[in-house]
Amino acid sequence: MSARWIRLRAQIIKELLCLLRDPRSRIVLIGPPIIQLFVFSFAITLEVKNIDVALLNHDVGGASVELVQQIESSDLVRRIRVAGSERELAELIDAQHVLAGIVIPETFSRDVAQGRNATAQIIIDGRKANAGQIALGYLQTIVGHVGATLRPTTMSGGGGDAAAVRHWFNPNLTYRWYVVPSLAGILVTLVALMVTALSIARERELGTFDQLLVSPCTPTEIIVAKGIPAFLVGIVLASVMIGAAVFLFGIPFTGSLGLLFVCLMLFILSLVGIGLMISSICSTQQQAILGTFAVVVPAVIMSGFATPVENMPLALQWIAECIPLKHFLIILQGSFLKALPPADVFANAWPMAVIAVVTLTLATLFVRSKLQ
Amino acid sequence: MDSATSPSIRIDGVVKRFPGVVALAGISAEILPGRLTGLVGPDGAGKTTLMRLMTGLLRPDEGSIDVLGRNTVRNQGEIAHLAGYMPQRFGLYEDLSVMENLQLYADLRALPPAQRRATFGRLLEFTKLGPFTARLAGKLSGGMKQKLGLACALMARPDVLLLDEPGVGVDPVSRQDLWRMVSELTGEGMAVVWSTAYLDEAEQCASVLLLNEGKLEFSGKPAELTHRLQGRSFRVVEPEGDRRRLLAQALDLPSISDGVIQGRSVRLVARAGEPIDAARPLAEAVNARIEPVAPRFEDAFVDLLGGGPGGSSVIADLMEPVDLASDTAVSCSNLTRRFGDFTATDRVTFDVRQGEIFGLLGPNGAGKSTTFKMLCGLLKPSEGSAHVVGLDLARAASAAKNQLGYMAQKFSLYGLLSVRQNLEFSAGVYGLAGAEKKGRIDEMIDAFELGRFLDAAPNDLSLGYKQRLALACSLMHRPPVLFLDEPTSGVDPITRREFWTHINGLVRKGVTVMVTTHFMDEAEYCDRVALMYRAKLIALDTPDALKRQVARHDDHEPTMEDAFIGLIERIDAEEAVR
Repeated sequence: MSARWIRLRAQIIKELLCLLRDPRSRIVLIGPPIIQLFVFSFAITLEVKNIDVALLNHDVGGASVELVQQIESSDLVRRIRVAGSERELAELIDAQHVLAGIVIPETFSRDVAQGRNATAQIIIDGRKANAGQIALGYLQTIVGHVGATLRPTTMSGGGGDAAAVRHWFNPNLTYRWYVVPSLAGILVTLVALMVTALSIARERELGTFDQLLVSPCTPTEIIVAKGIPAFLVGIVLASVMIGAAVFLFGIPFTGSLGLLFVCLMLFILSLVGIGLMISSICSTQQQAILGTFAVVVPAVIMSGFATPVENMPLALQWIAECIPLKHFLIILQGSFLKALPPADVFANAWPMAVIAVVTLTLATLFVRSKLQ
Repeated sequence: MDSATSPSIRIDGVVKRFPGVVALAGISAEILPGRLTGLVGPDGAGKTTLMRLMTGLLRPDEGSIDVLGRNTVRNQGEIAHLAGYMPQRFGLYEDLSVMENLQLYADLRALPPAQRRATFGRLLEFTKLGPFTARLAGKLSGGMKQKLGLACALMARPDVLLLDEPGVGVDPVSRQDLWRMVSELTGEGMAVVWSTAYLDEAEQCASVLLLNEGKLEFSGKPAELTHRLQGRSFRVVEPEGDRRRLLAQALDLPSISDGVIQGRSVRLVARAGEPIDAARPLAEAVNARIEPVAPRFEDAFVDLLGGGPGGSSVIADLMEPVDLASDTAVSCSNLTRRFGDFTATDRVTFDVRQGEIFGLLGPNGAGKSTTFKMLCGLLKPSEGSAHVVGLDLARAASAAKNQLGYMAQKFSLYGLLSVRQNLEFSAGVYGLAGAEKKGRIDEMIDAFELGRFLDAAPNDLSLGYKQRLALACSLMHRPPVLFLDEPTSGVDPITRREFWTHINGLVRKGVTVMVTTHFMDEAEYCDRVALMYRAKLIALDTPDALKRQVARHDDHEPTMEDAFIGLIERIDAEEAVR
């Protein structure tokens, strides 16, 4: 065995022991994953249900009655509050009694009957942008349904132009199918960053870093040894989460598991690099924890988990490209639900490799600079 | 002493237990106003516990303490206003500036705004911190931090001042300042309690309370205790050859209770009722004479605790003799390090011979830590070069580092790893494996008697065992050169003696030792001492020669501390002339 390997082995054993013998870091490793798995999976929902809508109906025709009945009977709407005037409708929205208002013009039934483009106005409370957008989507579908069911009676055998939206890959829009796989990526980000960020900071705070630097260990060895525990913890955690997604939540896994794990390794490597850079600018564990959160929170928000990256300003989209989680989420969600083809996997894997190379190089340079 | 003076603090039969230990076992004492009382004892003797009891931060399990006539349990609130307390780990906010710390303490003490300007002015002048009011407390040197801590404790003009180990990590110049400040305060009638493990500090107190294992071993003037040792302290003057061997042999004699190296000489203390005669053949063998010397407080202290450890070091006996190709173990030439505009080390050049103990001394901020770090490869020099065993630290860093052992002030042990895991880690990072690794670890466990603690966490060990473990870790790869960075800061005399027994043994095997220290008794162990001041090397010689440099006349025997302060003042005077 070469001296280099012996030194490396001693350091890796030390890192793993430090991680597993410390009750606080054990909590960091086990606590957040379990809590977040349950919070995200059961408590947080991106679905919109049981809303109240206001209705101002100027029409008395059959089509409008049909529409109102359809809206009333959907899961989406709990109660319809009938407004007598535009003003009354506006007040209901202002006072947040309802999320949306529907105005059916007097020509609605006639237009439907004559096969013209029948339109109803929907007013959404912009203060609840997210829920409003989702409600709008549902309502549009319902309105479309009214057109679709009525139209055949008026149109001669044309058919097929009805806007029937079908959601591919997740036909029932089960939000859990989306959240649970993404959670694996988010949790690995948090834990891998935390473990690496704490590792150098802990040694600096307690004075053992100097002891390490006067030993024959080279900066590269130190970086490798610091990365491996986070790497192992990340792999185990991701495996548990993916297992939970498949076996506990019954989410279909359609992609390549082998390819996903290769990407997972790249993903963790890039996180280890970022974690080590956080660690390098912190001299206490407290700073390292704060630093980790300062990175994790924006990274998750900009990763495309909560809001689509395409909707962000161009400058932020560029920054999002530097976030490993953004790329990994695409691979992760793709592997679960839409059998992401290898070419697409690769397209999202190489940016993570670039991030890993850049951050790990910087971290090594930093440790070397500590010796200057 | 005025018998009419009533004591400021009255301690009556105080017992304090913590889970598993009795910290204080029935202490009764009185602390008088207008004088400095030293609270002395080895690590873990109960000094800090007694301090905290006196402030009312802890409640005694039995007995009571009255501070200025107020009971610490019933009237704790009043005591907080009447007593100033400076805890061990500076009660300062490191991210606040000097002035902000003062303002914070003034707020905490509810000092009226009208009085603040005058109070701050008085305290800043007293502590000479005036020029540094804007500096962050965390960026102050150890000595300045202690002065600021003292200023904060004095905010409310207390009648009682409690200082918990104010001398730790403070260089002799700053320590002298602290003493001057405290003696001014006692002159004003304040009762000051100064806890310490340094015996030279205790000797300067008007009276001492000597604690050991929770019991009060002595109470009174230090001279009274020292007097008991009359006729038992001797010096073997300038023996030929190896004085460390002489010390080891002498300490192994049953009639000798304690001994230390003092420059070229060896200082010995005989056991009570035993003549020094047993040591005479040893002295005659090296053509040295034995002369009686005045006992020191430290002699009495060690004697009271049952004497120091023996002279043999098992670990040193295990080491194979070191034989280097070159006579020079460590060398540096024109070593310079700049941080921005600031030059921390300025063109320092010296060679350390093999088998030498080489001391690097200097006030806080003089650049000795920077120099030391460059010599052991923790810092790259801006200019110049450093070699260990002929290997350039810049070019062959890993090979050079394999040749050196390093032990830091705080004994950098992994607290989360067990004792055995710490040993295994040290062996591993120095490339030891298999049977060799197992053999070395077992040797260390035997030599330092660590067998009982293998599964314990290092933080649960006593200070002495922690030090043994740290030394074992740094010696695992049998380095020919050992770097010690303030190795015994805050460590009691017994543990310190044991440590130096090992070091002396290693040096006799040819190991070269580089040491930085604030502790002047430790400088006496060195063969040569380099004194740094304002980034420059200002003196490099044997301890005896340095002392002679500041001697005012032939009979004057300056201490190492006198030499330290004298040489620095000389530089200051030269600068003033220019």
